[in-house]
Amino acid sequence: MDSPYFFIVVLMVAAVAFALTPLALAWLWAKLFSPRKPGPDKNATYECGLESKGDAWIRFKSEYYLYAIVFLIFDVETIFLLPFAVAFTGLSVGAFIAMMIFLLLLVEGLIWAWKKGVLVWK
Amino acid sequence: MDQGLKSELQKQGIFTTSLQEVYNWGRKNSVWPLQFGLACCAIEMIATTMARYDLARFGAEVFRPSPRQADLMIVAGTVTKKMAPQVVRLYNQMGEPKYVIAMGACAISGGPFKQGYNVLKGIDRYIPVDVHIPGCPPRPEALIHAFMTLQQKIAGQELTGANRPRHLNPDAPSEFTVPRFGAHDLEPAKNPEVWRPPALAR
Repeated sequence: MDSPYFFIVVLMVAAVAFALTPLALAWLWAKLFSPRKPGPDKNATYECGLESKGDAWIRFKSEYYLYAIVFLIFDVETIFLLPFAVAFTGLSVGAFIAMMIFLLLLVEGLIWAWKKGVLVWK
Repeated sequence: MDQGLKSELQKQGIFTTSLQEVYNWGRKNSVWPLQFGLACCAIEMIATTMARYDLARFGAEVFRPSPRQADLMIVAGTVTKKMAPQVVRLYNQMGEPKYVIAMGACAISGGPFKQGYNVLKGIDRYIPVDVHIPGCPPRPEALIHAFMTLQQKIAGQELTGANRPRHLNPDAPSEFTVPRFGAHDLEPAKNPEVWRPPALAR
């Protein structure tokens, strides 16, 4: 009783009871009055009126990885180019060379995609 | 409890109620319709929910996009035979207790399209309809009237006993036969357990 944490314990018990009592009442109500009525339609996963067909585990076309890669090239490039341009005058030679190597690697990927014909919209 | 005693107590400032009344009072004031419209009646249904007619006054402004969360299906519009299986399946997927308002001439009988080869002649052939509203389309006032009729029905439902509603009766079915496309018509063409047409005395 004298412990300063006593009231916290009391509050915690009240909070837990506050949460559990409605759940218990709902459970009791379901037990007493409303019977469970499951069925094949009600238990169906898909709920828009149409029956689901086939399996959810289907294959996607793997060709889309090219778009993902090309997007990544430009995306990453933009993220690094902006701070590079802003801080350009204050950069050391080593930083400049490092950035150029980084750009070269990305441009290399772009050239690879270009030669592969990805950039041509068919 | 006796009604006379109840009103006598109320005059003395003592309010009495029963579990059944509280239960039904809560249910009738929180009927959530399924967000689902089939034809032009749906426009009137939308108008009913908007500010001018304001269905929110009856606790029914929450149109649920999922049948799992809905209590009421307003069949608003022409039910084609293509659509009928989906309507019945949606009804089956709704949780109990569930109610149906057949809104408009088409939903209750096929309406002006009754002679059409692809129009269902009333959704009550497959699912139990609680309130029918005539009209082509019914005005929002008519839908509100149907809503109040449904609320009265809910308020009068008993919690126990032989007359208790379907959702409290473990033997009553919760799912109804979903029709399939047959060679010429939906199969079955009607659910005889649900559809009881009035016999014409000739």
